[in-house]
Amino acid sequence: MSRQYETVIGLEVHVELATKTKIFCGCSTRFGGAPNTHTCPVCTGMPGALPVLNRQVVEYALAVGLAANCRINRYCKFDRKNYFYPDNPQNYQISQLYLPVCRDGWVEIETSAGKKTIGIHEIHMEEDAGKLTHDEWEDCSLVDYNRSGVPLIEIVSEPDMRNGEEVIAYLERLRLMIQYLGASDCKLQEGSMRADVNLSVRPLGSDRMGTRTEMKNLNSFKAIARAIEGERKRQIERIEEGRPVVQETRRWDDNKECSYPMRSKEDAQDYRYFPDPDLTPVVISDEWIDQVRRRQPEMQPEKMARYQEELGIPEYDARILTSTRHMADLFEETAALCGRPKEVSNWLMVEAMRLLKEKEQEPEDMAFSPANLAALIGLVDRGVINRTVAKTVFEEIFSGDVDPERYVEEKGLKMVNDQGAIERVIKQVIAANPRSVEDYRSGKEKAMGFLVGQTMRAMKGKADPAFVNRLVKERLTK
Amino acid sequence: MSILKLSATELGKKIRDRELTAVEATEAVLRQIREQEPRIHAYVTVDEEGARKRAAQVQAQIEAGTLKGPLAGVPAAVKDNLCTKGLKTTCSSNILYNFVPSYTAEAVANLERAGAVVLGKTNMDEFAMGSTTETSAFGVTKNPWDTERVPGGSSGGSCAAVAAEECFYALGSDTGGSIRQPSSFCGVMGIKPTYGTVSRYGLIAYGSSLDQVGPVGKNVSDCAAVLEAISSYDRKDSTSIPRKDLDFTAALKADVRGMKMGIPRDYLGEGLDGEVREGILRAADVLRSLGARVEEFDLSLTEYGIPAYYVIASAEASSNLSRFDGVKYGLRAEEYEGLHQMYKKSRSEGFGTEVKRRIMLGSFVLSSGYYDAYYLKALRTKALIKQAFDRAFAEYDVILSPAAPTTAPRLGESLKDPLKMYLGDIYTISVNLAGLPAMTVPCGRDSKGLPIGLQLIGDCFREKKIIQAAYAYEQSGEGRI
Amino acid sequence: MAKIISDETIEYVGILAKLELSPREREEAKKDMGRMLDYIDKLNELDTSGVEPMSHVFSMNNVFREDVVTNGDDREQMLKNAPEQKDGAFKVPKTVE
Repeated sequence: MSRQYETVIGLEVHVELATKTKIFCGCSTRFGGAPNTHTCPVCTGMPGALPVLNRQVVEYALAVGLAANCRINRYCKFDRKNYFYPDNPQNYQISQLYLPVCRDGWVEIETSAGKKTIGIHEIHMEEDAGKLTHDEWEDCSLVDYNRSGVPLIEIVSEPDMRNGEEVIAYLERLRLMIQYLGASDCKLQEGSMRADVNLSVRPLGSDRMGTRTEMKNLNSFKAIARAIEGERKRQIERIEEGRPVVQETRRWDDNKECSYPMRSKEDAQDYRYFPDPDLTPVVISDEWIDQVRRRQPEMQPEKMARYQEELGIPEYDARILTSTRHMADLFEETAALCGRPKEVSNWLMVEAMRLLKEKEQEPEDMAFSPANLAALIGLVDRGVINRTVAKTVFEEIFSGDVDPERYVEEKGLKMVNDQGAIERVIKQVIAANPRSVEDYRSGKEKAMGFLVGQTMRAMKGKADPAFVNRLVKERLTK
Repeated sequence: MSILKLSATELGKKIRDRELTAVEATEAVLRQIREQEPRIHAYVTVDEEGARKRAAQVQAQIEAGTLKGPLAGVPAAVKDNLCTKGLKTTCSSNILYNFVPSYTAEAVANLERAGAVVLGKTNMDEFAMGSTTETSAFGVTKNPWDTERVPGGSSGGSCAAVAAEECFYALGSDTGGSIRQPSSFCGVMGIKPTYGTVSRYGLIAYGSSLDQVGPVGKNVSDCAAVLEAISSYDRKDSTSIPRKDLDFTAALKADVRGMKMGIPRDYLGEGLDGEVREGILRAADVLRSLGARVEEFDLSLTEYGIPAYYVIASAEASSNLSRFDGVKYGLRAEEYEGLHQMYKKSRSEGFGTEVKRRIMLGSFVLSSGYYDAYYLKALRTKALIKQAFDRAFAEYDVILSPAAPTTAPRLGESLKDPLKMYLGDIYTISVNLAGLPAMTVPCGRDSKGLPIGLQLIGDCFREKKIIQAAYAYEQSGEGRI
Repeated sequence: MAKIISDETIEYVGILAKLELSPREREEAKKDMGRMLDYIDKLNELDTSGVEPMSHVFSMNNVFREDVVTNGDDREQMLKNAPEQKDGAFKVPKTVE
């Protein structure tokens, strides 16, 4: 490469909102269901059907817009984007072009290079398309409108990103923010969060934009990172060879790790946007904005800072505890019940994370109640069970949300605190292991550990190891 | 007197008074349909079986006392662009030749709640695009006054059906005059209500910002009663307007004393047939003699209504009609290669010339580089036209005008020159742009014996004013045809 | 000044509108569209500067529905109208790939 190039990246992120019903009709947005069973005349484009806007869609869009520091358009409208495709039953998509709900926002990201602000050009509301599947037998496509009309927001960034790391950090930032707001679960694999990458390259130091391409079909963070690298190389190669980059939409094939142009001559990209005459404008008052603002939850950066400052949680732990809203809620609710934030943090950071990894689950999958974890911590605190036993009880809580007090009772896991009983066991252990006693007495300190272990084992772990330690030592030095 | 001569409300009263039954009325009108259809062809679909079943059911409800109201048991016709559950709805287009809706349009559902017996679906210009009912894919409808002539359009089937006594009243739709102009040609009455008064849910859209459903009837009382029945605030239509003054029959008072009426001078000039002009001025004199103050005034902007309308209506239509693509319903071409050819062939075979013309125009005016120059310009013009009407209604209660520049033309004459046909909508089109209510009332006939129509235009939400004025004029007997 | 609509324009609009015109229809469309656009150009006589484009006649706004499921399964009724269907889905010619 003879010259140095800078990559300029902007993102269009589509997020499926967590409403119960579609954006313009009362059909369920639930996943699954046989093809076309969550449909009605509106979302299948039947003649004469009319859209009516779901209020909750605006609420979520406002929540995201405010969290992303946007200016809210007090008067916003829906426009029709006209293009023919079978997943789009009306052959127009209801979207917002001229007056989107939010404009001019920003979010802060953090990468290895430090902190950076990424501008948000706009956020608009629109409807999702149906699903097309290819039928191998008949070499045709099948259309299912169950997803048609599911509400989306599209978050359009400024071309402020320069590499894959920033893009991933930006997406993580958005995902965390939107999950915290409860506006979407933002799962890339399931398509509830989708990112299209607009990318161009230019000679380093140039302030003119290069010709950009838009890349679609990016289903994971890894695919996004690979696609960015691939497209950057492709564009630089073309420029170096003296061939211009063509402004086009390309589809990324993650298996082949390359992209190819998506459109044909039949897709003149002229969408003939105009205001949808079937819908009325949305007027957003100060009161409405205030209402949404008051309902905004504490967001991740603030939460993380608070955990460090007020609860004395180390930065690394605070980051993990706030990595999902669910985890943070679990942490806070449990801590509120038992008053031991650090203890709760330890359980989540060590045992919960270990089990998640073992079971290949996500933090969202943790389904136990804060009350049970709090009770477990209480049992340890009160010396009813020791840590080793507590770990096995935690596994039961983690997988089956069992009540630890009842479980410990039923399984007879309470610690034995009766000194006489413990001493009787120690006596037996010492009698059975004269070699070890001899070893200890001849100066091998390690031998005592073995004897303590044997005692604990004989007691099925139901004793305080420190206490056993003390009693064994006393016995040996007698 | 023959049952068929009764008006809808007269028939409704006789059914209520047990002098007649819904079943008898339905049989009588089905007989008339069988006799008249070969001559008129007002219907695309006649649902004899459904109508009989419905009549018996309605009659039972009336006898049980669970169904009351002025229209209970009265047979009616519905324009074929209003969806009717289980009954074929074609918009008189090949592209919907076999479409059976899974739901009923709100306006029709309201009628059914009022006890209507739906006889069938009336012919129209394809997708309501036209002024003669000649663009129907299923044959032309003829004017009952002279079967060599058109009934007007696009609600030509509904108006001809009422005129030929093939129903007691009908529903039409009006985007640029499609109720008022054929009412004029067929010598019947029709109302285009204020935009938002009747739900558009289930009305197959042409120009969404202009479309309204309205009644076609034999007299003013029928129109008022039907409008009262079909009007409602409908949450399924975002442009539906909640109104408290939907008791239109309360305006049936033969009294225009003190009413101020204006005739736009610009509507009486070039292009207006002399006999129509005389008819309108005669009607104005009658209203004057009844105590109204009638004068001419300058409305202005008249000539800009049509170009603005064709930009807006065609643009909306190009988008509204894109859902007809051979995927979900209606016609799919038999031979094609690949998706895009399937679209193109299905649509090209399915749509008629006039529809294609407007889709092409609408796609063009919205296309990249032209949106501002055409579409936004037209929306600005619309705003100016609305202002002109606002100024007029600051002065007048009612605006009087012809409903059309001529009486019914001969079949085949209009389609030769589309632009000329469009100009025929000059007095009706601005009313849709401004969202106003307006009504056509017959006011005599010309020397050929053809009915002339007087248009009464009211300010937004002032249907009652025009109903009252029309009723007073009708009761004078001077306009009788 | 008569508007001349080129073959390219008609071809382009045909792609947008998904209409395939016969050579005769195409010639007529060129003529009709040219005449209509000439006529529409009449609007340029009007000074509309400072006039807001009016989409809706009445200033209705914030028409919403609440986020409550109201629709049942309408599939069988709906699919009866489908020109071609398979396994509860609408069947269309192969799309991408």
